[in-house]
Amino acid sequence: MKSDHKHVFVFAEQRDGILQPVAIELLGKARELADALQEEVYALLVGERVEPLAPECIARGADKVLVAEAPELATYTTEPYTQVLYRIVSEREPSIVLFGATTIGRDLAPRLSARLATGLTADCTALDVSPDGDLLMTRPAFGGNLMATILCKEHRPQMSTVRPGVARPHPRDPHRQGAVERVDARLDPSKFKVKVLQTLREEKTRVDIAAARVLVSGGRGMGNPSALNAIEELATALGGEVSSSRAVVDAGLLPRERQVGQTGKTVRPDIYIAAGISGAIQHLAGMEESGYIIAINKDKYAPIFQVADLGIVGDAARIVPLLAAKIRALRETKQ
Amino acid sequence: MNIIVCIKQVPDTTEIKLDPTTGTLLRDGVPSIMNPDDKGGLEIALRLKEQRGGQVTVLTMGPPQAEEILREALAMGVDRAILLSDRKFAGADTLATSNALAGALRTLPFDVVIAGRQAIDGDTAQVGPQVAEHLDLPQVTYAEEIARADDNCLTVRRAIEEGHQIVEVALPCLLTVSAGAVRPRYMSVRGVVEAHGREVERWNFDSISVDERRVGLKGSPTRVFKSFARGGRNAGTPREVDPGEAAEIIIERLQEKFIL
Amino acid sequence: MNFSLTKTQELFLRMIREFADKEVKPLAAEVDEQERFPAETVKKMAGLGLMGIPFPTEYGGAGGDNLLYSLAVEELSRACATTGVILSAHTSLCAAPLHEFGSPAQRAKYLPRLASGEWLGAFGLTEPNAGTDASAQQTTAEEKDDHYLLNGNKIFITNAARARVYIVFAMTDKSKGTRGISAFIVERDFPGFSVGKEEKKMGIRGSATCELIMTNCIVPKDNLLGQTGKGFGIAMKTLDGGRVGIAAQALGIAQGALDETVKYVKERKQFGKAIGQFQNTQFQLADLETKVQAARLLVRSAAFKKDKGLPYAADAAMAKLFAAETAMEVATKAVQFHGGYGYTREYPVERMMRDAKITEIYEGTSEVQRMVIASHLLK
Repeated sequence: MKSDHKHVFVFAEQRDGILQPVAIELLGKARELADALQEEVYALLVGERVEPLAPECIARGADKVLVAEAPELATYTTEPYTQVLYRIVSEREPSIVLFGATTIGRDLAPRLSARLATGLTADCTALDVSPDGDLLMTRPAFGGNLMATILCKEHRPQMSTVRPGVARPHPRDPHRQGAVERVDARLDPSKFKVKVLQTLREEKTRVDIAAARVLVSGGRGMGNPSALNAIEELATALGGEVSSSRAVVDAGLLPRERQVGQTGKTVRPDIYIAAGISGAIQHLAGMEESGYIIAINKDKYAPIFQVADLGIVGDAARIVPLLAAKIRALRETKQ
Repeated sequence: MNIIVCIKQVPDTTEIKLDPTTGTLLRDGVPSIMNPDDKGGLEIALRLKEQRGGQVTVLTMGPPQAEEILREALAMGVDRAILLSDRKFAGADTLATSNALAGALRTLPFDVVIAGRQAIDGDTAQVGPQVAEHLDLPQVTYAEEIARADDNCLTVRRAIEEGHQIVEVALPCLLTVSAGAVRPRYMSVRGVVEAHGREVERWNFDSISVDERRVGLKGSPTRVFKSFARGGRNAGTPREVDPGEAAEIIIERLQEKFIL
Repeated sequence: MNFSLTKTQELFLRMIREFADKEVKPLAAEVDEQERFPAETVKKMAGLGLMGIPFPTEYGGAGGDNLLYSLAVEELSRACATTGVILSAHTSLCAAPLHEFGSPAQRAKYLPRLASGEWLGAFGLTEPNAGTDASAQQTTAEEKDDHYLLNGNKIFITNAARARVYIVFAMTDKSKGTRGISAFIVERDFPGFSVGKEEKKMGIRGSATCELIMTNCIVPKDNLLGQTGKGFGIAMKTLDGGRVGIAAQALGIAQGALDETVKYVKERKQFGKAIGQFQNTQFQLADLETKVQAARLLVRSAAFKKDKGLPYAADAAMAKLFAAETAMEVATKAVQFHGGYGYTREYPVERMMRDAKITEIYEGTSEVQRMVIASHLLK
């Protein structure tokens, strides 16, 4: 039965008619997996008037694009999308189905996996194919302290949500050939019990630095308003938050709640970038448990380098703006 | 309104340290706590009860010592506590876990089921939606607040990438809640004093309605093939490079760490 | 013999620790710096039932006991000694004597308000000329029609500026010495009662310590606590209970200072290694830890005996004496371990050292505790 299941399906997530970056990344990853398995990549485009996105899916690695359109699919809600995907997956029997680990992906994929009674692995950071042709799904566990590789040997399809940013997109190839097939949505509205009344688009509100996954932290070496702007820009580009050493807070440039250290907050983000922070013991005490520490400081003997995973000797006030600009440029080319 | 909150006892992962040289997990003496997202869900449940009346029940699946978080929930003000514990449930992945929980929920009356978005030891966020599917309930994930509660529907504010959504969901339904959404109350002193005198219902496989092949290790489609430590720090000497090269090196590392 | 906490006590500890860490500790430096009564914290404590821990639920209490109460004062004081003493004075010195010596009507009237935290309580015994010699009371209470007229001043009264009800001692018959002292329940609103200015103190600077001034203060006869002439006994018994609270406060300060020091010596490097790796540090810390644990056993044993209805006056005195002197020693050494940093307000040990000192002074100085302990020994 297992061998009847073939091909790698990607839920090509779109919001408001915009193909999400994670969908493009997944198509690239699916391409690699399908090539290893000698199978095909299918992009599943679900929504209202989404067919125009099909060529992009093909250019990014899909062999086939299945398009399901209906007015009820315009704004994502769980049940209509689950119905469409359940029908497609149960009829076409793929071996692998991939979702982005976005709000939508993590709402939809578990619902679908339960309807299909198959396994699902959450928030993967690496995917590979075993010598037996099974999908190896690697993900962090225990707050990122441990990595685990998961197998779904006896059930098909093998499903996983994949963290955005993990997979490298396939370079856009406008000459790639692929087929587009429309699929009848055939929805059962009697089960639609959730209505979206309103979508409030907001500037991301500042989160508590203790809860942030990425922190860009400025010290005395960044202790002026323009340098802090650069810190802010870098944090925004990385989807993180701004924090600082005591010197910056004492200078009145940032509120006390942004201070990391013994007299401030203890943080353990996945990534901590210390820009212009020398690393007084009081500061180190507040951040040394961070997942990965990048330190930039002019003084190559600064104690911050003793706890850093990557140390750069240089002027943070020059490096940080450059870094922010390069990351923004990178994001734009990706889209 | 009958509200059931699914909670889980987890190791406090913020207390787990890595051996700096071997990179292995140091788990000794790590305290067990009520999963933070579940505690947020419990707070939302207690507020809903305060607003609409009714009863809040907490349900946990786990080993006998998971009773501790049920006592904590009792001290926070819940009305009923159920410990679902059976060797048959051991080794479950998210699907098998959701089957067992759904089996227990099938035997209970409820209008709303609330679960934490995800547990800090697994971070899957899968069990809530899977339970909802087994019970054929509409789901609202990433819920932050119940803005309005009527006899047959809830208006819920949920977090999405772009900001927030206000959704209306028909009862009965299932919500998953994140810890950051609300500040859970503390146990009250009287609640603490009385918690150990109150009943914790002990349920096992026979108490619930589920197929044995769908729970525990047997009912789990996924298996851990291997696990490994993330590894310790490898700083080496700081690099003296020009700003442009510095930015490139940092970007490369951020990409390796999946931030870009 | 069982030295472990019960499951209820463990659960309580979990709750109070979380509360102390999240709600109390972040304010401690500010409360000290600004000499500010932490009203918002007390309100939160009231909401959780912390203002009535050892009193029965029929009076709005939490139905707990003195052991839980001592755990609360210890954990709060570990974070902020001001907050610890506010709870201790309210519970041990005001609500407890009302519960123990009050008539059914007095209990019904006052306990629910105190236990719920709606009203804060205080205790007025000390006078300018009656400190350690509490029998030298100069405040008088003169019986007149349906009330008493109180005249005199009480000083160094914890919670004074924020309390609504005070247990006040006064001479109803000067000729009888200590047998002429009576206890009264005085409300802040009673005519002739006023609160003086706040004291500027070395430590516990947010505890709203003031003078109570009574000038022809009219106290209804119904507000006589216990019988006339029994006031001194009530005061002494109340202080026995209060000493458990202050012992717990001192223990909390000692533990807080020790925790800060352990954290610091692991991080602070001198001569190329963490100062915690020096044997001098290790030996001193070992001694401090031993004393803190010994103090803890004394505090818990005194609270346990009080809960069991066993005589505990000497135990409370020993607990208070030892915990207070331990707090002072640990806090002083904590500052020393922190060196120059420890002398600044950037680190909490400076405050802890100032806070610790009062525990050797109030509710009976260390000398008074030694008198109490010796009198039990030699009787």
